[in-house]
Amino acid sequence: MTRHKTWWHTALGVVLTAVMLFPVYWMINVSFTRTQDMRKTPPNLFPVHGTLAGYVLVLHQQLPYLATSLAVGLGTVALTLVVAAPAGYSLAKLRPRGGGMLRFALVIAQMIPAIIMAMGFYVIFLRVHLLSTLPGLILADSTIAVPFAVLIFMAFMTGIPEELMQASKIDGAGVLRTFWSIVIPLSRNAIVTVSLFAFLWAWSDFIFATTLDASGSHQPITLGIYHYIGNNNQQWNAIMATAVLASIPAAILLVVAQRHVAAGVTAGAIKD
Amino acid sequence: MTPAQVRGAGHGAGGTAQAVPPAARSSRRRARRRKDQWAAWAFLLPVTAYLLLFYAYPLYSNIDLSLKNYTVQSFVQGGAPFTGFANYLADFRDPTFVPALEHTLVFTGVSLVFQFAAGMALAVFFARHFRLSGVLRALFLVPWLLPLIVSASTWSWMLDSEAGVINYAAHFIGVGPVNWLTSPHWALASVTIANIWIGIPFNLVILYSGLQAIPGGIHEAAAIDGAGRWQTFWRVTFPLLRPVSAIALLLGLIYTLKVFDIIWIMTRGGPVDASTTFATWSYQLGFGNLLPAFGPAAAVGNLLIVMALAAGLFYLRVQRRSETQ
Repeated sequence: MTRHKTWWHTALGVVLTAVMLFPVYWMINVSFTRTQDMRKTPPNLFPVHGTLAGYVLVLHQQLPYLATSLAVGLGTVALTLVVAAPAGYSLAKLRPRGGGMLRFALVIAQMIPAIIMAMGFYVIFLRVHLLSTLPGLILADSTIAVPFAVLIFMAFMTGIPEELMQASKIDGAGVLRTFWSIVIPLSRNAIVTVSLFAFLWAWSDFIFATTLDASGSHQPITLGIYHYIGNNNQQWNAIMATAVLASIPAAILLVVAQRHVAAGVTAGAIKD
Repeated sequence: MTPAQVRGAGHGAGGTAQAVPPAARSSRRRARRRKDQWAAWAFLLPVTAYLLLFYAYPLYSNIDLSLKNYTVQSFVQGGAPFTGFANYLADFRDPTFVPALEHTLVFTGVSLVFQFAAGMALAVFFARHFRLSGVLRALFLVPWLLPLIVSASTWSWMLDSEAGVINYAAHFIGVGPVNWLTSPHWALASVTIANIWIGIPFNLVILYSGLQAIPGGIHEAAAIDGAGRWQTFWRVTFPLLRPVSAIALLLGLIYTLKVFDIIWIMTRGGPVDASTTFATWSYQLGFGNLLPAFGPAAAVGNLLIVMALAAGLFYLRVQRRSETQ
Protein backbone atom coordinates (compact mmCIF):
# COMPACT_ATOMS: atom_id res chain seq x y z
CA MET A 1 0.00 0.00 0.00
CA THR A 2 1.32 3.43 -0.85
CA ARG A 3 2.15 5.94 1.84
CA HIS A 4 -0.47 8.31 0.46
CA LYS A 5 -3.24 5.76 1.05
CA THR A 6 -2.16 5.01 4.63
CA TRP A 7 -2.17 8.74 5.39
CA TRP A 8 -5.75 8.94 4.19
CA HIS A 9 -6.74 6.05 6.47
CA THR A 10 -5.14 7.66 9.49
CA ALA A 11 -6.97 10.93 8.82
CA LEU A 12 -10.32 9.17 8.53
CA GLY A 13 -9.54 7.15 11.66
CA VAL A 14 -8.80 10.31 13.63
CA VAL A 15 -12.05 11.92 12.46
CA LEU A 16 -14.11 8.84 13.37
CA THR A 17 -12.48 8.62 16.79
CA ALA A 18 -13.12 12.32 17.36
CA VAL A 19 -16.80 11.90 16.54
CA MET A 20 -17.05 8.84 18.79
CA LEU A 21 -15.35 10.58 21.68
CA PHE A 22 -17.21 13.87 21.30
CA PRO A 23 -19.48 13.16 24.31
CA VAL A 24 -16.39 12.57 26.44
CA TYR A 25 -14.92 15.85 25.24
CA TRP A 26 -18.21 17.59 25.91
CA MET A 27 -18.30 16.25 29.46
CA ILE A 28 -14.84 17.71 30.09
CA ASN A 29 -15.74 20.99 28.37
CA VAL A 30 -18.89 21.45 30.42
CA SER A 31 -17.06 20.59 33.63
CA PHE A 32 -14.93 23.75 33.08
CA THR A 33 -17.79 26.01 31.98
CA ARG A 34 -18.97 28.86 34.20
CA THR A 35 -22.52 28.55 35.53
CA GLN A 36 -23.61 31.77 33.79
CA ASP A 37 -22.38 30.42 30.42
CA MET A 38 -24.14 27.09 30.83
CA ARG A 39 -27.37 27.93 29.02
CA LYS A 40 -25.80 30.37 26.57
CA THR A 41 -26.55 30.13 22.82
CA PRO A 42 -24.36 29.31 21.02
CA PRO A 43 -22.68 27.10 23.64
CA ASN A 44 -18.95 27.53 24.15
CA LEU A 45 -17.29 24.79 22.16
CA PHE A 46 -14.11 25.33 24.18
CA PRO A 47 -13.87 26.34 27.83
CA VAL A 48 -12.92 29.94 26.91
CA HIS A 49 -13.73 31.35 30.33
CA GLY A 50 -12.66 28.15 31.99
CA THR A 51 -13.39 27.80 35.68
CA LEU A 52 -12.54 25.28 38.33
CA ALA A 53 -15.66 26.17 40.31
CA GLY A 54 -17.28 22.83 39.46
CA TYR A 55 -14.26 20.89 40.71
CA VAL A 56 -14.04 22.97 43.88
CA LEU A 57 -17.66 22.16 44.62
CA VAL A 58 -17.03 18.48 43.96
CA LEU A 59 -14.05 18.39 46.31
CA HIS A 60 -16.23 19.95 49.00
CA GLN A 61 -19.24 17.71 48.52
CA GLN A 62 -18.31 14.47 46.79
CA LEU A 63 -15.12 13.26 48.49
CA PRO A 64 -16.98 10.92 50.89
CA TYR A 65 -18.77 9.36 47.92
CA LEU A 66 -15.48 8.80 46.11
CA ALA A 67 -13.99 7.25 49.25
CA THR A 68 -16.95 4.88 49.58
CA SER A 69 -16.64 3.83 45.95
CA LEU A 70 -12.93 3.19 46.46
CA ALA A 71 -13.64 1.00 49.51
CA VAL A 72 -16.44 -0.88 47.76
CA GLY A 73 -14.26 -1.40 44.68
CA LEU A 74 -11.32 -2.77 46.68
CA GLY A 75 -13.59 -5.02 48.75
CA THR A 76 -15.18 -6.39 45.59
CA VAL A 77 -11.76 -7.11 44.08
CA ALA A 78 -10.65 -9.02 47.20
CA LEU A 79 -13.82 -11.09 47.41
CA THR A 80 -13.79 -11.82 43.69
CA LEU A 81 -10.17 -13.01 43.71
CA VAL A 82 -10.64 -15.24 46.77
CA VAL A 83 -13.68 -16.95 45.27
CA ALA A 84 -12.61 -17.10 41.64
CA ALA A 85 -8.90 -17.99 41.61
CA PRO A 86 -9.20 -21.44 43.29
CA ALA A 87 -12.22 -22.23 41.13
CA GLY A 88 -10.32 -21.33 37.96
CA TYR A 89 -7.42 -23.56 39.05
CA SER A 90 -9.68 -26.51 39.73
CA LEU A 91 -11.59 -26.19 36.47
CA ALA A 92 -8.40 -25.72 34.46
CA LYS A 93 -6.11 -28.32 36.02
CA LEU A 94 -7.85 -30.68 38.44
CA ARG A 95 -10.59 -32.06 36.20
CA PRO A 96 -13.44 -32.14 38.73
CA ARG A 97 -16.35 -34.38 37.87
CA GLY A 98 -19.31 -32.12 37.11
CA GLY A 99 -17.01 -29.20 36.23
CA GLY A 100 -18.76 -28.80 32.90
CA MET A 101 -22.04 -28.17 34.65
CA LEU A 102 -20.46 -25.57 36.89
CA ARG A 103 -19.04 -23.80 33.84
CA PHE A 104 -22.48 -23.83 32.28
CA ALA A 105 -23.95 -22.34 35.47
CA LEU A 106 -21.32 -19.57 35.37
CA VAL A 107 -22.12 -18.67 31.77
CA ILE A 108 -25.84 -18.59 32.55
CA ALA A 109 -25.22 -16.54 35.70
CA GLN A 110 -23.68 -13.78 33.59
CA MET A 111 -26.91 -13.45 31.65
CA ILE A 112 -29.21 -12.71 34.59
CA PRO A 113 -30.28 -9.06 34.56
CA ALA A 114 -28.89 -7.18 37.55
CA ILE A 115 -32.27 -5.58 38.28
CA ILE A 116 -33.61 -9.03 39.12
CA MET A 117 -30.66 -9.85 41.33
CA ALA A 118 -31.20 -6.50 43.03
CA MET A 119 -34.76 -7.35 43.95
CA GLY A 120 -33.76 -10.75 45.34
CA PHE A 121 -30.92 -9.20 47.32
CA TYR A 122 -33.27 -6.56 48.68
CA VAL A 123 -35.51 -9.21 50.26
CA ILE A 124 -32.58 -11.16 51.70
CA PHE A 125 -30.65 -8.11 52.92
CA LEU A 126 -33.75 -6.76 54.61
CA ARG A 127 -34.00 -9.94 56.67
CA VAL A 128 -30.33 -10.25 57.57
CA HIS A 129 -29.85 -6.49 58.07
CA LEU A 130 -27.35 -5.95 55.28
CA LEU A 131 -29.31 -3.17 53.58
CA SER A 132 -27.37 0.10 53.33
CA THR A 133 -24.14 -1.46 54.57
CA LEU A 134 -20.80 -1.61 52.79
CA PRO A 135 -20.43 -5.44 53.12
CA GLY A 136 -23.88 -5.83 51.58
CA LEU A 137 -23.01 -3.61 48.64
CA ILE A 138 -19.67 -5.41 48.18
CA LEU A 139 -21.42 -8.80 48.14
CA ALA A 140 -23.95 -7.63 45.57
CA ASP A 141 -21.35 -5.90 43.39
CA SER A 142 -19.13 -8.98 43.36
CA THR A 143 -21.87 -10.93 41.57
CA ILE A 144 -21.18 -8.80 38.49
CA ALA A 145 -17.56 -9.96 38.41
CA VAL A 146 -17.30 -13.49 39.88
CA PRO A 147 -18.59 -15.57 36.93
CA PHE A 148 -16.43 -13.58 34.49
CA ALA A 149 -13.44 -13.89 36.83
CA VAL A 150 -13.70 -17.69 37.13
CA LEU A 151 -13.87 -18.04 33.35
CA ILE A 152 -10.86 -15.73 32.87
CA PHE A 153 -8.79 -17.59 35.49
CA MET A 154 -9.76 -20.88 33.91
CA ALA A 155 -8.69 -19.71 30.46
CA PHE A 156 -5.36 -18.36 31.73
CA MET A 157 -4.56 -21.35 33.94
CA THR A 158 -5.35 -23.84 31.19
CA GLY A 159 -2.39 -22.29 29.39
CA ILE A 160 0.06 -23.15 32.18
CA PRO A 161 2.13 -26.07 30.85
CA GLU A 162 1.36 -29.49 32.30
CA GLU A 163 5.13 -30.09 32.74
CA LEU A 164 5.27 -27.40 35.42
CA MET A 165 2.45 -29.08 37.33
CA GLN A 166 4.16 -32.49 37.02
CA ALA A 167 7.50 -31.06 38.14
CA SER A 168 5.86 -29.52 41.18
CA LYS A 169 4.23 -32.84 42.01
CA ILE A 170 7.51 -34.75 41.65
CA ASP A 171 9.11 -32.24 44.02
CA GLY A 172 6.53 -33.40 46.57
CA ALA A 173 4.14 -30.44 46.46
CA GLY A 174 0.45 -31.13 47.03
CA VAL A 175 -2.33 -29.43 45.09
CA LEU A 176 -2.56 -26.58 47.57
CA ARG A 177 1.17 -25.94 47.52
CA THR A 178 1.22 -26.14 43.70
CA PHE A 179 -1.66 -23.66 43.54
CA TRP A 180 0.01 -21.19 45.87
CA SER A 181 3.63 -21.41 44.70
CA ILE A 182 3.31 -22.20 41.00
CA VAL A 183 -0.13 -21.33 39.64
CA ILE A 184 -0.79 -18.06 41.45
CA PRO A 185 2.58 -16.44 40.63
CA LEU A 186 2.21 -17.47 36.99
CA SER A 187 -1.32 -16.05 36.85
CA ARG A 188 -0.27 -12.50 37.63
CA ASN A 189 -1.73 -11.20 34.38
CA ALA A 190 -5.07 -12.88 35.02
CA ILE A 191 -5.11 -11.46 38.54
CA VAL A 192 -4.43 -7.96 37.24
CA THR A 193 -7.09 -8.27 34.54
CA VAL A 194 -9.73 -9.64 36.90
CA SER A 195 -8.92 -7.05 39.58
CA LEU A 196 -9.17 -4.15 37.17
CA PHE A 197 -12.49 -5.27 35.75
CA ALA A 198 -13.97 -6.17 39.13
CA PHE A 199 -12.94 -2.77 40.44
CA LEU A 200 -14.31 -0.93 37.43
CA TRP A 201 -17.66 -2.73 37.56
CA ALA A 202 -18.10 -2.17 41.29
CA TRP A 203 -17.05 1.46 40.86
CA SER A 204 -19.57 1.94 38.02
CA ASP A 205 -22.45 0.07 39.62
CA PHE A 206 -25.65 2.05 39.87
CA ILE A 207 -28.40 -0.59 40.11
CA PHE A 208 -27.24 -2.26 43.32
CA ALA A 209 -26.35 1.09 44.86
CA THR A 210 -29.74 2.63 44.19
CA THR A 211 -31.71 -0.42 45.34
CA LEU A 212 -29.62 -1.67 48.26
CA ASP A 213 -27.85 1.45 49.53
CA ALA A 214 -30.32 4.26 48.77
CA SER A 215 -30.72 5.20 52.43
CA GLY A 216 -27.21 4.35 53.56
CA SER A 217 -24.86 6.74 55.30
CA HIS A 218 -22.02 5.65 52.99
CA GLN A 219 -23.02 5.96 49.36
CA PRO A 220 -20.90 5.43 46.24
CA ILE A 221 -20.09 8.09 43.65
CA THR A 222 -22.71 6.83 41.20
CA LEU A 223 -25.39 7.82 43.72
CA GLY A 224 -23.51 11.08 44.34
CA ILE A 225 -23.91 11.97 40.66
CA TYR A 226 -27.51 10.76 40.66
CA HIS A 227 -28.45 12.99 43.61
CA TYR A 228 -26.67 15.88 41.92
CA ILE A 229 -28.76 15.48 38.78
CA GLY A 230 -31.93 15.26 40.83
CA ASN A 231 -31.27 18.14 43.21
CA ASN A 232 -29.61 21.00 41.39
CA ASN A 233 -29.93 20.63 37.68
CA GLN A 234 -28.43 24.08 37.17
CA GLN A 235 -24.92 23.20 38.24
CA TRP A 236 -23.96 21.05 35.33
CA ASN A 237 -20.31 22.01 35.68
CA ALA A 238 -20.26 20.31 39.08
CA ILE A 239 -22.17 17.28 37.75
CA MET A 240 -19.79 16.90 34.83
CA ALA A 241 -16.76 17.49 37.06
CA THR A 242 -17.93 14.59 39.22
CA ALA A 243 -18.44 12.55 36.07
CA VAL A 244 -14.87 13.32 34.97
CA LEU A 245 -13.50 12.18 38.34
CA ALA A 246 -15.69 9.08 38.24
CA SER A 247 -14.18 8.23 34.83
CA ILE A 248 -10.59 8.12 36.09
CA PRO A 249 -10.58 4.36 36.87
CA ALA A 250 -11.81 3.66 33.34
CA ALA A 251 -8.95 5.73 31.93
CA ILE A 252 -6.43 3.88 34.11
CA LEU A 253 -7.86 0.53 33.06
CA LEU A 254 -7.57 1.46 29.41
CA VAL A 255 -3.91 2.39 29.76
CA VAL A 256 -2.84 -0.46 32.06
CA ALA A 257 -4.96 -3.44 31.02
CA GLN A 258 -4.30 -3.05 27.32
CA ARG A 259 -0.84 -4.39 28.10
CA HIS A 260 -1.91 -7.04 30.61
CA VAL A 261 -4.70 -8.58 28.62
CA ALA A 262 -2.39 -8.98 25.67
CA ALA A 263 0.50 -10.46 27.64
CA GLY A 264 0.81 -14.21 27.44
CA VAL A 265 0.21 -16.33 30.53
CA THR A 266 3.44 -18.18 30.75
CA ALA A 267 5.65 -15.59 29.06
CA GLY A 268 8.91 -15.74 30.96
CA ALA A 269 8.05 -18.91 32.86
CA ILE A 270 9.65 -21.41 30.48
CA LYS A 271 12.04 -19.41 28.39
CA ASP A 272 14.58 -22.13 27.75
CA MET B 1 -6.30 -40.95 29.22
CA THR B 2 -6.21 -38.22 31.84
CA PRO B 3 -2.92 -37.18 33.42
CA ALA B 4 -4.11 -38.61 36.72
CA GLN B 5 -4.43 -42.01 35.07
CA VAL B 6 -1.05 -41.65 33.38
CA ARG B 7 0.56 -40.82 36.69
CA GLY B 8 -1.12 -43.73 38.42
CA ALA B 9 0.05 -46.19 35.76
CA GLY B 10 3.61 -44.87 35.80
CA HIS B 11 3.80 -45.21 39.56
CA GLY B 12 2.59 -48.79 39.47
CA ALA B 13 5.00 -49.88 36.73
CA GLY B 14 8.04 -48.18 38.21
CA GLY B 15 7.98 -49.19 41.88
CA THR B 16 6.01 -51.88 43.63
CA ALA B 17 4.19 -53.21 40.56
CA GLN B 18 5.47 -56.79 40.78
CA ALA B 19 4.46 -57.27 44.42
CA VAL B 20 0.92 -55.94 44.10
CA PRO B 21 -1.84 -58.04 42.49
CA PRO B 22 -3.78 -56.31 39.67
CA ALA B 23 -7.01 -56.01 41.67
CA ALA B 24 -5.35 -54.15 44.53
CA ARG B 25 -3.51 -51.97 42.05
CA SER B 26 -6.71 -50.85 40.37
CA SER B 27 -8.40 -50.23 43.72
CA ARG B 28 -5.46 -48.09 44.80
CA ARG B 29 -5.70 -46.21 41.54
CA ARG B 30 -9.39 -45.67 42.20
CA ALA B 31 -8.59 -44.36 45.68
CA ARG B 32 -6.03 -41.98 44.22
CA ARG B 33 -8.57 -40.76 41.71
CA ARG B 34 -11.14 -40.28 44.47
CA LYS B 35 -8.59 -38.24 46.44
CA ASP B 36 -7.93 -36.09 43.36
CA GLN B 37 -11.65 -35.49 43.04
CA TRP B 38 -11.87 -34.39 46.68
CA ALA B 39 -9.05 -31.91 46.11
CA ALA B 40 -10.65 -30.62 42.91
CA TRP B 41 -13.97 -30.01 44.63
CA ALA B 42 -12.34 -28.47 47.68
CA PHE B 43 -11.08 -25.73 45.38
CA LEU B 44 -14.53 -25.37 43.89
CA LEU B 45 -16.24 -25.16 47.27
CA PRO B 46 -16.07 -21.35 47.64
CA VAL B 47 -17.50 -20.66 44.21
CA THR B 48 -20.20 -23.30 44.60
CA ALA B 49 -21.30 -21.89 47.95
CA TYR B 50 -21.12 -18.43 46.43
CA LEU B 51 -23.33 -19.35 43.48
CA LEU B 52 -25.89 -20.98 45.76
CA LEU B 53 -25.98 -18.13 48.27
CA PHE B 54 -25.65 -15.12 46.01
CA TYR B 55 -27.24 -16.33 42.77
CA ALA B 56 -29.64 -19.18 43.44
CA TYR B 57 -31.01 -17.75 46.66
CA PRO B 58 -31.82 -14.25 45.29
CA LEU B 59 -33.39 -15.86 42.23
CA TYR B 60 -35.42 -18.17 44.45
CA SER B 61 -36.60 -15.27 46.61
CA ASN B 62 -37.55 -13.44 43.42
CA ILE B 63 -39.74 -16.33 42.32
CA ASP B 64 -41.20 -16.49 45.83
CA LEU B 65 -42.00 -12.77 45.65
CA SER B 66 -43.75 -13.17 42.32
CA LEU B 67 -46.03 -15.99 43.54
CA LYS B 68 -47.25 -14.36 46.77
CA ASN B 69 -49.21 -11.29 47.66
CA TYR B 70 -46.72 -9.19 49.58
CA THR B 71 -47.58 -6.02 51.44
CA VAL B 72 -44.98 -3.83 53.13
CA GLN B 73 -45.87 -5.50 56.43
CA SER B 74 -45.67 -9.10 55.25
CA PHE B 75 -42.52 -8.16 53.36
CA VAL B 76 -40.78 -7.46 56.64
CA GLN B 77 -42.52 -9.99 58.89
CA GLY B 78 -43.25 -12.80 56.45
CA GLY B 79 -46.51 -14.71 56.12
CA ALA B 80 -47.66 -13.42 52.74
CA PRO B 81 -50.43 -15.56 51.23
CA PHE B 82 -49.69 -17.69 48.15
CA THR B 83 -51.57 -16.30 45.16
CA GLY B 84 -50.25 -18.37 42.27
CA PHE B 85 -49.95 -16.45 39.05
CA ALA B 86 -52.06 -13.49 40.18
CA ASN B 87 -49.09 -11.11 39.99
CA TYR B 88 -48.31 -12.24 36.45
CA LEU B 89 -51.95 -11.79 35.41
CA ALA B 90 -51.98 -8.33 36.99
CA ASP B 91 -48.90 -7.46 34.90
CA PHE B 92 -50.51 -8.70 31.68
CA ARG B 93 -53.60 -6.58 32.35
CA ASP B 94 -51.56 -3.53 33.32
CA PRO B 95 -51.81 -0.73 30.69
CA THR B 96 -48.00 -0.48 30.84
CA PHE B 97 -47.48 -4.08 29.71
CA VAL B 98 -47.94 -3.63 25.97
CA PRO B 99 -45.90 -0.41 25.68
CA ALA B 100 -43.14 -1.88 27.86
CA LEU B 101 -42.98 -5.02 25.70
CA GLU B 102 -42.95 -2.97 22.49
CA HIS B 103 -40.26 -0.62 23.81
CA THR B 104 -38.14 -3.54 25.00
CA LEU B 105 -38.29 -5.09 21.54
CA VAL B 106 -37.72 -1.82 19.63
CA PHE B 107 -34.96 -0.64 21.94
CA THR B 108 -33.19 -4.00 21.74
CA GLY B 109 -33.69 -4.52 18.01
CA VAL B 110 -32.69 -1.03 16.86
CA SER B 111 -29.72 -0.93 19.23
CA LEU B 112 -28.46 -4.27 17.96
CA VAL B 113 -28.77 -3.43 14.26
CA PHE B 114 -26.91 -0.13 14.53
CA GLN B 115 -24.29 -1.32 17.02
CA PHE B 116 -23.52 -4.32 14.89
CA ALA B 117 -23.40 -2.44 11.59
CA ALA B 118 -21.18 0.30 13.00
CA GLY B 119 -18.99 -2.22 14.80
CA MET B 120 -18.56 -4.26 11.63
CA ALA B 121 -17.70 -1.23 9.48
CA LEU B 122 -15.17 -0.04 12.06
CA ALA B 123 -13.66 -3.51 12.49
CA VAL B 124 -13.08 -3.83 8.74
CA PHE B 125 -11.67 -0.32 8.69
CA PHE B 126 -9.27 -0.88 11.60
CA ALA B 127 -8.15 -4.23 10.18
CA ARG B 128 -6.23 -2.25 7.53
CA HIS B 129 -3.46 -1.54 10.06
CA PHE B 130 -2.66 2.05 9.21
CA ARG B 131 -0.50 4.34 11.30
CA LEU B 132 -2.10 5.04 14.73
CA SER B 133 -4.74 2.34 14.14
CA GLY B 134 -3.87 0.58 17.42
CA VAL B 135 -4.13 3.75 19.50
CA LEU B 136 -7.37 4.87 17.86
CA ARG B 137 -8.91 1.43 18.28
CA ALA B 138 -8.03 1.52 21.98
CA LEU B 139 -9.65 4.97 22.29
CA PHE B 140 -12.82 3.54 20.80
CA LEU B 141 -13.15 1.44 23.96
CA VAL B 142 -13.71 4.51 26.13
CA PRO B 143 -17.53 4.65 25.88
CA TRP B 144 -17.69 1.00 26.90
CA LEU B 145 -15.51 1.48 29.98
CA LEU B 146 -17.15 4.64 31.33
CA PRO B 147 -19.58 4.21 34.22
CA LEU B 148 -23.10 4.19 32.75
CA ILE B 149 -24.17 7.05 34.99
CA VAL B 150 -21.39 9.16 33.46
CA SER B 151 -22.46 8.37 29.89
CA ALA B 152 -26.14 8.76 30.68
CA SER B 153 -25.79 12.13 32.41
CA THR B 154 -23.50 13.44 29.67
CA TRP B 155 -26.02 12.44 27.01
CA SER B 156 -28.82 13.97 29.08
CA TRP B 157 -27.08 17.31 29.03
CA MET B 158 -26.13 17.06 25.35
CA LEU B 159 -29.78 16.32 24.51
CA ASP B 160 -31.18 19.10 26.70
CA SER B 161 -33.96 20.92 24.80
CA GLU B 162 -32.70 24.47 25.36
CA ALA B 163 -29.00 24.32 26.08
CA GLY B 164 -28.03 21.01 24.54
CA VAL B 165 -25.26 20.87 21.96
CA ILE B 166 -27.25 18.39 19.82
CA ASN B 167 -30.08 20.86 19.25
CA TYR B 168 -27.47 23.54 18.57
CA ALA B 169 -25.91 21.33 15.88
CA ALA B 170 -29.37 20.41 14.52
CA HIS B 171 -30.32 24.04 13.89
CA PHE B 172 -27.50 24.31 11.33
CA ILE B 173 -29.24 21.74 9.15
CA GLY B 174 -32.57 23.48 9.62
CA VAL B 175 -34.03 21.22 12.28
CA GLY B 176 -35.95 23.06 14.96
CA PRO B 177 -35.34 22.37 18.64
CA VAL B 178 -36.36 18.82 19.51
CA ASN B 179 -37.50 17.92 22.99
CA TRP B 180 -35.35 14.83 22.99
CA LEU B 181 -35.98 13.64 26.52
CA THR B 182 -39.29 15.28 27.35
CA SER B 183 -41.32 14.51 24.23
CA PRO B 184 -43.05 11.13 24.13
CA HIS B 185 -42.11 10.84 20.43
CA TRP B 186 -38.39 11.18 20.99
CA ALA B 187 -37.64 9.76 24.45
CA LEU B 188 -37.21 6.17 23.28
CA ALA B 189 -35.10 7.27 20.31
CA SER B 190 -32.87 9.33 22.61
CA VAL B 191 -32.09 6.50 25.02
CA THR B 192 -31.57 4.17 22.05
CA ILE B 193 -29.00 6.55 20.53
CA ALA B 194 -27.08 6.69 23.82
CA ASN B 195 -27.22 2.90 24.11
CA ILE B 196 -25.92 2.42 20.57
CA TRP B 197 -23.00 4.68 21.38
CA ILE B 198 -22.15 2.56 24.42
CA GLY B 199 -22.52 -0.73 22.50
CA ILE B 200 -20.38 0.03 19.43
CA PRO B 201 -17.02 -0.71 21.15
CA PHE B 202 -18.13 -4.17 22.22
CA ASN B 203 -19.10 -5.12 18.67
CA LEU B 204 -15.90 -3.59 17.32
CA VAL B 205 -13.75 -5.66 19.69
CA ILE B 206 -15.49 -8.98 18.99
CA LEU B 207 -15.70 -8.53 15.22
CA TYR B 208 -12.13 -7.23 15.01
CA SER B 209 -10.83 -10.34 16.77
CA GLY B 210 -12.92 -12.42 14.36
CA LEU B 211 -11.32 -10.64 11.41
CA GLN B 212 -7.83 -11.29 12.81
CA ALA B 213 -8.57 -15.01 12.78
CA ILE B 214 -9.22 -15.03 9.01
CA PRO B 215 -6.01 -15.95 7.18
CA GLY B 216 -4.73 -13.04 5.06
CA GLY B 217 -4.20 -15.32 2.08
CA ILE B 218 -7.93 -15.70 1.55
CA HIS B 219 -8.32 -12.00 0.81
CA GLU B 220 -5.33 -12.04 -1.51
CA ALA B 221 -6.81 -14.98 -3.36
CA ALA B 222 -10.09 -13.12 -3.77
CA ALA B 223 -8.20 -10.07 -5.07
CA ILE B 224 -6.28 -12.21 -7.56
CA ASP B 225 -9.57 -13.68 -8.76
CA GLY B 226 -10.62 -10.13 -9.57
CA ALA B 227 -13.01 -9.49 -6.68
CA GLY B 228 -13.43 -5.86 -5.69
CA ARG B 229 -13.35 -4.63 -2.10
CA TRP B 230 -17.16 -4.63 -1.75
CA GLN B 231 -17.48 -8.03 -3.36
CA THR B 232 -14.69 -9.46 -1.19
CA PHE B 233 -16.47 -8.26 1.93
CA TRP B 234 -19.89 -9.68 1.06
CA ARG B 235 -18.72 -12.89 -0.61
CA VAL B 236 -15.67 -13.77 1.53
CA THR B 237 -15.29 -11.82 4.77
CA PHE B 238 -18.91 -11.66 5.87
CA PRO B 239 -19.66 -15.41 5.42
CA LEU B 240 -16.43 -16.29 7.25
CA LEU B 241 -17.43 -13.98 10.09
CA ARG B 242 -20.84 -15.54 10.49
CA PRO B 243 -20.10 -17.53 13.68
CA VAL B 244 -18.43 -14.51 15.31
CA SER B 245 -21.30 -12.29 14.17
CA ALA B 246 -23.83 -14.63 15.73
CA ILE B 247 -21.96 -14.50 19.03
CA ALA B 248 -21.68 -10.70 18.92
CA LEU B 249 -25.39 -10.32 18.17
CA LEU B 250 -26.59 -12.81 20.78
CA LEU B 251 -24.36 -11.45 23.54
CA GLY B 252 -25.51 -7.98 22.48
CA LEU B 253 -29.12 -9.17 22.76
CA ILE B 254 -28.57 -10.49 26.29
CA TYR B 255 -26.81 -7.27 27.37
CA THR B 256 -29.37 -4.97 25.78
CA LEU B 257 -32.34 -6.73 27.39
CA LYS B 258 -30.72 -5.97 30.75
CA VAL B 259 -30.20 -2.25 30.14
CA PHE B 260 -31.64 -0.28 33.00
CA ASP B 261 -29.21 2.44 34.07
CA ILE B 262 -29.18 4.47 30.88
CA ILE B 263 -32.95 4.66 30.48
CA TRP B 264 -33.64 5.28 34.15
CA ILE B 265 -31.06 8.04 34.47
CA MET B 266 -31.99 9.78 31.21
CA THR B 267 -35.81 9.58 31.25
CA ARG B 268 -36.95 7.37 34.17
CA GLY B 269 -38.90 5.48 31.53
CA GLY B 270 -40.94 8.56 30.81
CA PRO B 271 -42.54 10.84 29.88
CA VAL B 272 -45.45 8.74 31.14
CA ASP B 273 -44.38 5.34 29.75
CA ALA B 274 -42.84 6.58 26.51
CA SER B 275 -39.44 4.96 27.07
CA THR B 276 -40.19 2.31 29.67
CA THR B 277 -38.91 -1.23 29.11
CA PHE B 278 -39.32 -4.39 31.18
CA ALA B 279 -36.18 -3.55 33.14
CA THR B 280 -37.26 -0.03 34.09
CA TRP B 281 -40.87 -1.08 34.62
CA SER B 282 -39.78 -3.76 37.08
CA TYR B 283 -37.71 -1.21 38.99
CA GLN B 284 -40.53 1.34 38.85
CA LEU B 285 -42.95 -1.16 40.38
CA GLY B 286 -40.60 -2.31 43.11
CA PHE B 287 -38.65 0.80 44.04
CA GLY B 288 -39.95 3.77 42.06
CA ASN B 289 -43.21 4.38 43.90
CA LEU B 290 -44.02 5.32 47.45
CA LEU B 291 -45.99 2.10 47.85
CA PRO B 292 -43.83 -0.71 46.46
CA ALA B 293 -45.50 -3.50 44.49
CA PHE B 294 -42.87 -6.19 45.02
CA GLY B 295 -44.94 -9.07 43.69
CA PRO B 296 -45.74 -7.59 40.26
CA ALA B 297 -42.19 -6.18 40.08
CA ALA B 298 -40.69 -9.62 40.63
CA ALA B 299 -43.10 -11.09 38.07
CA VAL B 300 -41.92 -8.60 35.41
CA GLY B 301 -38.33 -9.42 36.36
CA ASN B 302 -38.98 -13.13 35.89
CA LEU B 303 -40.45 -12.50 32.43
CA LEU B 304 -37.25 -10.62 31.61
CA ILE B 305 -35.17 -13.56 32.86
CA VAL B 306 -37.07 -15.95 30.63
CA MET B 307 -36.30 -13.73 27.62
CA ALA B 308 -32.63 -13.43 28.57
CA LEU B 309 -32.24 -17.16 29.20
CA ALA B 310 -33.92 -18.07 25.92
CA ALA B 311 -31.40 -15.86 24.15
CA GLY B 312 -28.66 -17.29 26.35
CA LEU B 313 -29.38 -20.94 25.60
CA PHE B 314 -29.59 -20.13 21.91
CA TYR B 315 -26.20 -18.41 22.23
CA LEU B 316 -24.63 -21.48 23.88
CA ARG B 317 -25.96 -23.67 21.08
CA VAL B 318 -24.56 -21.40 18.38
CA GLN B 319 -21.23 -21.18 20.17
CA ARG B 320 -20.94 -24.95 20.54
CA ARG B 321 -21.81 -25.48 16.90
CA SER B 322 -19.19 -22.95 15.77
CA GLU B 323 -16.61 -24.66 18.00
CA THR B 324 -17.23 -28.09 16.53
CA GLN B 325 -16.95 -26.80 12.98
